[in-house]
This record gives sequence, structure tokens and C-alpha cells, in this order.
Amino acid sequence: MGSTATSVLRTMRSPNVVNGLGFGFVGVIVLWLVVNFVKDPTYFLNVGLDGLTRGTVYGVVALGYTLVYGILQLINFAHGDVFALSGLVASTMMLSVLSIDTGSSNVAVAGAVVVTLLVTVPLFAVLNGSIERVAYRPLRNAPRVAPLITAVGMSFIIQNVSLALYGVDYESGSELIPQGVAFRIGDVRFTWKLVIALAIIVPALAVLTWFVSSTRQGKAMRAVAQDTEASAMMGINVNRTISITFFIAGSLAAIAGLVFFLEFQMRYDTGFELGLIAFTAAVLGGIGNLPGAVLGALLIGFIQSFNEGLLWYAPGGDWTRSIVFGILIAVLVFRPEGLLGERTPEGA
Amino acid sequence: MTSIADRARGIASAPRDKWTAPVVIVLGLLYPWYTETLQALPVIGDFVPSTESMVVMVAFTMMALGLNIVVGYAGLLDLGYVAFYAVGAYTAGWFASQQFDQVTFSFLSSVPSDQPGIHITMWLVLLMAGLLTLFAGIVIGLPTLRLRGDYLAIVTLGFGEIVPQVFKNGDSFFGFDLTHGTFGIAPIDAAGLPVLASFTSLPKNFQTSPNRAMWFYLGAFALLLITVFCTVRLRDSRLGRAWIAIREDETAAAAMGVPLMRTKTWSYAIGAFFGGVAGAYYASFRGGAFPADFYFQFSVFLLCMVILGGMGSVWGVIAGAMILGYLDREGLATIGSKIQDAGLNFDPTKYQFGIYGVIIVSMMLLRPAGLIPERRHKIELEEGVHDTPFYDVEHEGTLTDRDPSDD
Repeated sequence: MGSTATSVLRTMRSPNVVNGLGFGFVGVIVLWLVVNFVKDPTYFLNVGLDGLTRGTVYGVVALGYTLVYGILQLINFAHGDVFALSGLVASTMMLSVLSIDTGSSNVAVAGAVVVTLLVTVPLFAVLNGSIERVAYRPLRNAPRVAPLITAVGMSFIIQNVSLALYGVDYESGSELIPQGVAFRIGDVRFTWKLVIALAIIVPALAVLTWFVSSTRQGKAMRAVAQDTEASAMMGINVNRTISITFFIAGSLAAIAGLVFFLEFQMRYDTGFELGLIAFTAAVLGGIGNLPGAVLGALLIGFIQSFNEGLLWYAPGGDWTRSIVFGILIAVLVFRPEGLLGERTPEGA
Repeated sequence: MTSIADRARGIASAPRDKWTAPVVIVLGLLYPWYTETLQALPVIGDFVPSTESMVVMVAFTMMALGLNIVVGYAGLLDLGYVAFYAVGAYTAGWFASQQFDQVTFSFLSSVPSDQPGIHITMWLVLLMAGLLTLFAGIVIGLPTLRLRGDYLAIVTLGFGEIVPQVFKNGDSFFGFDLTHGTFGIAPIDAAGLPVLASFTSLPKNFQTSPNRAMWFYLGAFALLLITVFCTVRLRDSRLGRAWIAIREDETAAAAMGVPLMRTKTWSYAIGAFFGGVAGAYYASFRGGAFPADFYFQFSVFLLCMVILGGMGSVWGVIAGAMILGYLDREGLATIGSKIQDAGLNFDPTKYQFGIYGVIIVSMMLLRPAGLIPERRHKIELEEGVHDTPFYDVEHEGTLTDRDPSDD
């Protein structure tokens, strides 16, 4: 087996075959999309806008993964479950504490969204920071699988906290926001869902971009991500920078959790599946690369919506998971650095 | 700090009492005969698992030992081991049930030979299941094993999700019913001894025999002994030492001439083999392969067994698997009913994965080498690995720090 295995591998690694397979794969998908578009352009675009709605939410979760990965090279499995718990806490805030119901005016809902964010964002920033402090920091010297294993354990713990607090029922706020179509261009419908998702997420991304690119602390984050040892020598407090990264990731999870609660429905285990999708998005865009995470998430959002929505030879929702993971595996095999990432010496 | 010579001796010698293994084997083998005596004991009697549960616990232990080859020996994190369990269970379904009733084929099977479908004796099916999963392990491993550890974890997780979904949706591959969809394949033939049964009083079919649990348990125990023997011998073989070298320092191992890809692929394939055998046997005991059994949490459940017991330590993994297998089968329910008898309204079975999460995290933080540590792995975990981050050197020291007493 050994020699055949290595020879098969050698063929796989030879760039021509890899590129050929990769291009063939992408070519089939593009062909499939074009045929679907030609058959019914309006429907195609509407499905696409649904994908955009999903993609923006995925993007915010994916940023949480990519920020942490960039700085610690750790897949923070617990992130998806932090996101789910934050969405459930947001549901308590909106429905019970602020007693918003379907009869509330839009202004009241908007006010409640702001108040909820003011509560959940700091709360989950601190929660995420504490997870890092308790479960990951003590293992920083251990072999690399050690923190990865604790991350899986933390994911289960948080998921069960959600289960204990909220049970197995779905919570949804999709009735609270305005229904239907906000405006149309031709026959293409822009729903309120999309508008609201963008209205919450775009400012958050703008603040994040400003923070990472223009503040002193953001600079420190980039430095630590690039070379931990060198930045420590330059006097950057590495531990504090890592904590702040986790705070930011937790805040993003809280924002995404609220948006997801408003647009879709969530329960204690939503975070597991969504976390995996978001992680795939981060890998697709190039893990550690912030614009890459958003790009990857939008692509995954489109792919999921097209798969579940399109009519001509779409595999359908039964296969969504396989498709998302198939993409993940294909990216890791054919282009491990992702769409926007840079090739690293480790090969991945 | 001890001298290097002392440390080397500490790694090599395994001062295990020579009586431990034989006593454990005899006690394990005779378990069905004294279960009821134990269960009749006051106080602790309620916590003694039935032979029926023991069959499952032993099957889980085999899977954990297989996973231990990948995670414990070679140091590769596999989060999709459930895929191999699924492949094993479905192999049993294909070759020992009425799933393919287009054909009628029987070979030394415990069911009558005129029944439709493929019926091959379970013992051969176990081997076929092992070989098929071994092949699946190679197929999954080849493109992915050159990835770095954490990427490998996520890719295996991906396969662990894809494989069961394919089985679940596989009831019409171009009109062909391969897996019977969400219903799964049932009934699967039971293991039995049809050839021996013709001239002895041994049961032809374990499932219909009056001592069903006992016979299944004995079969499982025999398989477990084979698994333990193989994993121990593998660990001490040239291949096993190469795995451990890779776990400790991949770069150094490659520099010493260990072929990384081939060695890793073998760990993946052989680890998968035992998962397939155990999965097929468990499917035969359950009488079916159901897609709902194959979920991500099960992979983590197996991983938790390995971590609890001690990565790389065969005794440890057996202990960890038995403890968690017991909790899963009976323990949590028993403890839950005791808690409820005491008037508290808490159901631990509902939170079993949260409990496993707590076990994983606290073991990694407090006793990372496990309950029964493998010495060598313990040293790695306690002293760190070669890539000690610089910024913690002032607190932690590095592996290369020299103590005056070393000279």
C-alpha cells in the first residue's frame, strides 16, 4: 500500500492535476448556476438575495472564528455555541424583559434591538474572554491538539447550558420585524429581513474594520497574529491582546445571535451546525483573513440558498451539510490557503 | 531535574504487575456468571451493569482502542470516527441481511439458506467490515493527512458528517436502494456458530439462543482481546514507534527518515479497521444499522473515552471506555433515579454530553495524561513540546533549559 499511496499522493500534489480538478469542479458549478439563471432570472435573483441574508449572518460568525484562528491558530469550536446562547439570551431580552410582541411598533422594536445589544454584546464579550482564560490559556504550552480538545469540550458545555436554560424549543423573533418586501427593483424583491440584517451588520463590520486597521490595539492584534514572539519582543502584551481578540469575537457572536434570532429560529443546538458552516466560510475565504471570512460566508450563503431554492438539478436541503463539508474538504485539499489567504510554510 | 538517563529509563520501563492482565482477563471472561451475584449485593448492586450493557461497553471499548491508535499513538485529532462505525455497521447490513433481496446467497450463516439477500457468516463479515473501513480510512486519509493537525480535525469532522448523511439519503442512488434511508437496515443477522452447532450444543444463532447476552458478550470479549493484543503489539512495532515519533515531533521524525504520509495513513487506516469491526459486531447485536446512531456527538464521546483514560495508554483507554460506556448505558440513568429518589429534580441523562464536556475540559486542564497515563505521553504534556512559545519562557522555562545537576 505504502508505495502506491505515496505515488497516488504525488499525482494529487502535482499542480496540473490539482488545478485541472479544481477548475473542472468550479466549472460545473458555474454551468449549473448559469443554466438556472437563464431558466428564470427573477427567481434566481430572489433566491440569491435570500442567500445574501444568510451570508451576512454567517459572515459575522465566521469573523469570530477567523479572528481567533489568526491569533492563536486555534479552532474555537465553542464559538458557535456562544453564538447560539447569545441568540437565546437576546430572545429573553426582547420577549420577556422588554416585552416586545407582534403588536409592538417598529420604533419600539428598533429601540429594543439597541437595548438588547447593549446588554448582550458586553455580556458575551466577557463570557468568551472567560472561556479563553479558563480553558485555553493554561494549555498554551501543551501540544496543539490539547486546546483543540478543550475547545470541543467547551462547546458541549455551553450547548448544555443553553439546553438547561432554554430547553429544546425553538425561539424565533421573525414575527417581530416588519414582514414582506421593503422595496423592489423590477421583480426582484428586497425583503425587510435582508434590509434589517444589513442595517445591523454593516455598521458592526465597519467598526470592526476601523478597530483592526486604525487603532493601536488593532495594530497589536495584527502584530501578534503575524508573529507572536516578535511582537512580545516589541513590548506588546500578548495575553491582553489575545483576551481582547476573544472579547471582539464574543461581541460579534452576540450581534450575529440577535440577527439570527430576528430572522430565523434558534435553539440550543443551532450553534453547532451554524458554527461549522461559519468555520467552513472562514476556511473558504482564507482563515485568519478578515475580508476573506466575509467573502467566504457570502459564498456559502449563496450556495446554501441555491442548493435549497433552485429548481433545476438542485440536490436540496437533505444534502446541504454534505455540500458544505464537501466544499470545506475540497478547499483544504486543493487550496488550503483559501481564496484570499496567503500560502504559509506549513502548507495549510 | 532528573538526569537524562533516569528520564529515559522512566520512559522505557513499564512496571506493571505481571498478574494484573491475567486476573483482569479471567474476571472479564467470567463476568456473565457472577453478574447476578453482584447485582444482588446491597447498595452497590444497583450500579452493576447487566451482561447486555457489557456487550455494548466492550464494543465501545474496541472503537476507543481504534481511535487511540490515531489520537493517542500518532497524535492526530480525529473528530469523525463515527464515520468508520457507520461504514462497519452498514457493511454488516449489506452482507448479512435481506437488504439486497434481488440475490439469494448464503455462506455458513446462522439464518436458513433459502432466505433472500446476502447472508455471510458474521465472523467473515466482521473481517470484511474491517477491511472496508480500512479502505475508507485510506481514502479519507490520503488527501487530508498532509494537512496540519487542526485542519485534519475539521476535515475528519466533515467526513464524519458526510458519511452518515450519505447513508441516510442513500435510499435511491439512481433508483437503487443502497441503505434504505432513514429506516436503516434491519434486521441484520446475528452472530452465531452454525458450523460448530451441528455437532456440539453451542448455539447456532446468538440472537435466538436462551443465553443471548452471554454469547454476545463472549464474542465481544474475544474480539476485544484480539484488539488489545494487536494494539499493544502495534505500539511496540517499528510502525508504532514511528507513530509516537511523529506525535512527539513531526519535523524531527521526518528528519530521522520516518515517511510521514505513509505512517500517518497507516495509523488512520488501522485505527479505522477496529472501528469497522466493532461497528459491525454492535450492529449484529442491535440487529440493525440506523442512520440516527451516527452523529457527531458519538465521535466526541469516543474521544472523551480516550482522553479520560489517557491518550496512548491501552489500560487507560480500556478503563476510560468502560467508565463512559457504563455511564452511557446504565450509569447516568441509575444515578438519575437515585437523585430523583432523593427528591431532587435533575436528570443527568439529558445533560450527558455536557457532562462529557466537563470531563474533557477538566481532564485536559488538571490531568492531561489521563487516569492511567502513558509515561512517555505524560512527559510530553508536562514538559511541553519543542515549539514552546517564547513569551511564556520566563514563567515556564523551556525543554532545553539546563539544570546544573544535569552535567
